[in-house]
Amino acid sequence: MLKQLSVPPERVFHALGDPTRVAMVERLSRGPASVSELAQPLPMSLSAVVQHLAVLEGSGLVSSLKVGRVRTCRIEPAALRGAEDWVAQRRALWEASLDRLGDYLAETAPASELQSAGESQSACEPRSGERGGRASQTCNPAGEAGNQNSTKESLE
Amino acid sequence: MTQRSTEHATFTIERDYDAAPARVFAAFADPAAKARWFGPSAEVERALDFAVGGREYFSVGGPGGATYTYDARYEEIVPDTRIVYAYTLDRDDTRMSVSVATVELEPVGAGTRLTLTEQGVFLDGADTPAEREHGTREMIEKLAAVL
Repeated sequence: MLKQLSVPPERVFHALGDPTRVAMVERLSRGPASVSELAQPLPMSLSAVVQHLAVLEGSGLVSSLKVGRVRTCRIEPAALRGAEDWVAQRRALWEASLDRLGDYLAETAPASELQSAGESQSACEPRSGERGGRASQTCNPAGEAGNQNSTKESLE
Repeated sequence: MTQRSTEHATFTIERDYDAAPARVFAAFADPAAKARWFGPSAEVERALDFAVGGREYFSVGGPGGATYTYDARYEEIVPDTRIVYAYTLDRDDTRMSVSVATVELEPVGAGTRLTLTEQGVFLDGADTPAEREHGTREMIEKLAAVL
């Protein structure tokens, strides 16, 4: 029988409302990890990580089991599903948009940026203080459609 | 029956682009540029007034005849560096979510690291699994195709 978890969604979202805990959940979504493995990439003390872990366990998102001296944490997929849906959907929208932004930037790359990738001056740098909407009017040297073929390839 | 509920969530996406921060910023600031990569690709009524207090708006038809409306207001703009805006998403006359989005641009070599953070409250969605299964998923697929 599948166990139905009845975690209040508020608690799940509270648990995910913190970048550290989101990072921990992301790490655990790739597989179980010990507490010290979880703490290793995080810029905080082990005890702070343990506190975050307690919030995650309280939400039902994460469970842990101590074997010997090592506490191993794992994700509880059933609890995550409700919260994950929304975040995953919204994230997917952004990923798609940001992909298109990357395509757009490649298509409109000015020649100077391609030839000297190490130099920071680009042909279309708006002056600071100008509002972007106005500044960017003159900031499209490649044009809307032309001049894309070679530039895109050399960026990729 | 509408079951009243609120759900809060935050997520962050990081991207590196081979373009100077000024060019990435311009892709957010210039309406013609932004239309190339954000929002519906179809011809719909849309507007972008990229200034603090300015509004960004579009409506798009979804499955089942519903109309989805995106309505944003810019709250903070630092050229080439930072953009913060608040936005709502409506299905017909129903408010689905209210979010704050923060876009941060940081030079990395000759390129740019873009960090997007979205913090949102999702309204009356959590307790209607049927709605979420059928309506939202279709809507998201439809929106993903156009956004």
